[in-house]
Amino acid sequence: MLPQRLKNFVRHEPTTALLALVFIIALLAGQVLGVTAPTTLLARAAIFAMAALSLSFILGQGGMVSLGHAAPMGLGAYVTLSLSMLGFKDLFLVMACAFVAGATFSALTGLIALRTRGVYFIMITLAFAQMAYYAMSSLSVFGGTDGIALPVRSTLFGWPLLRADSATALLAVLMLGVMFWGLSRVTRSRFGMALRASHLNEARFTALGFEPLPYRLLAYSFAGGLSALAGVLLANLTDYIAPSFLDWHRSGELIVMVVLGGVARPAGAILGAFALIYLESLLGGLTQYWNLALGLILLAIVLLRGRFEGATRITP
Amino acid sequence: MDFALLAVQILNGLDLGFILFLVASGLTLVFGVMDFINLAHGVQYMLGAYFAAALIAWSGSFWLGLVLGAAASLAMGLVLEWTVFRHLARAGHLEQVLATFALILIFTDGVSMIFGAGALSINLPASLAQSVPLTHGFSYPLWRLIIIAAGLGVALLLWALIAKTRLGMLVRAGSTHPQTVQALGVDIDRLFLMVFAFGAMLAGFAGTMAGALTGVEPTMGDSVLILAFVVIVVGGVGSVRGALIAALLIGLVDTLGRAFATDIMGLFLSRSSAASAGPALASMLIYVLMALVLAVRPSGLFASGD
Repeated sequence: MLPQRLKNFVRHEPTTALLALVFIIALLAGQVLGVTAPTTLLARAAIFAMAALSLSFILGQGGMVSLGHAAPMGLGAYVTLSLSMLGFKDLFLVMACAFVAGATFSALTGLIALRTRGVYFIMITLAFAQMAYYAMSSLSVFGGTDGIALPVRSTLFGWPLLRADSATALLAVLMLGVMFWGLSRVTRSRFGMALRASHLNEARFTALGFEPLPYRLLAYSFAGGLSALAGVLLANLTDYIAPSFLDWHRSGELIVMVVLGGVARPAGAILGAFALIYLESLLGGLTQYWNLALGLILLAIVLLRGRFEGATRITP
Repeated sequence: MDFALLAVQILNGLDLGFILFLVASGLTLVFGVMDFINLAHGVQYMLGAYFAAALIAWSGSFWLGLVLGAAASLAMGLVLEWTVFRHLARAGHLEQVLATFALILIFTDGVSMIFGAGALSINLPASLAQSVPLTHGFSYPLWRLIIIAAGLGVALLLWALIAKTRLGMLVRAGSTHPQTVQALGVDIDRLFLMVFAFGAMLAGFAGTMAGALTGVEPTMGDSVLILAFVVIVVGGVGSVRGALIAALLIGLVDTLGRAFATDIMGLFLSRSSAASAGPALASMLIYVLMALVLAVRPSGLFASGD
């Protein structure tokens, strides 16, 4: 059963499979050789891949282009921070609370945002994320706009698992794998089909007697919860939490990751996240003005891709 | 709370409102006519301010620099439309978000590479840098009054253009039924080029006006862009009238909220909790307002599409 699945995956997604193999080998080599810097980068890439994957789910399946997906992710980090300040550091507790916080935020804002479509939806999600950003910036308990250091990293049953970044990387890759598997199950389920139908032909979907809003809202808040889980790991990796975690630039980066990898491809978001994080790190080592270089590369990709493969286009 | 303070804050609110209107009016037309999501509009605001600051320093004349700066913004709008935006007009929103996000990265970094990351200043000539006494014992900066007047002037100009000219008629028609307009033989690409370049010029002009007050820096467009989005969503995409009313509303609510939230909270809460809750509430106020408007009218106050 599993080998057959694996074979199918390799046949349909050769690039993804190859890259996954390269990363697994690199990670194992890093562990054996005791090189730690690449594992921090790997952890970062896997964490952003988690957030990008959850965004890719609502974007690809539900047509919901959220430009505020960094908000639930940042809230996850702030939940980690506030629980840690109160003395609660168990990873399961923190993750559960973060998931609930991210999902609740998304559900509440989704109630209003999902009444709208297209350009409106993009701008409203952006505005709600800015609202969360300003709310966190003005809380002096959390250091205001400057942010604050995480008092202590999360533990697993009292065991300081996340003390080393390599362990965080391992956990992130593991969770990413589980998420990928889980989301592709959801995509194939009845719920996933209904969600897709609600976006591909809303009039027909409604005519069949379905109500689109519950499906969209459930998917939207579920993705928010997943994004918050990525936020928990990010807080544990950086040890420092600032409002810039919820900044709209972060949301923009998540969109870039998803679009870069391709929405139609299941693992596209993961590829995009790894590509962007490694590209940023590479360019950041070369020049102070790496944003300029990154922008030029992204612009070239968009303009040239539109010319060569019009078929990858997804218009929500 | 005395009257003079309230009056000053109301004027400040109108000030912010008209700056937002200048930015949002071009943006709302680009959204309305072409259904194009342009995140780089804040960059055009920032570039306009840099053009003006550099040209004022180069020419030595404030007015000449102001006019040349607006012309440079217009030219930049044309160049960007020609090189980037035209090719994405028929692409999906995702491609547009990606490309205009890339433009933000390019120009924000490019400008700090050329001019440095620190703030430049636009020095007003002495005749404009003074304050006007409005009532006894209370005066107000002349430049801020000029911003209000310029905003009103542009609003009138836009109204005349949109309501009275053939071009305006095409823009109005294009914002509701683009396919029909195109089917009637109108070159909608050229219409888009004009609307886009004009919007870029207005944004650049707004950047110059605001830059003379607050200084010119690479990231100045960011916060304005988000506020302009809120304005457009509240006012209704494609509606210049909606943009004007929403811009003034947002400007007033934001400014008055920041000025008086702590005092108003103080009526219900203890002094210390009001001091911490006030600023938090004030910075969220416009988003709450937006949420309320959208809960009642999902496509804004003056939706052009229905």
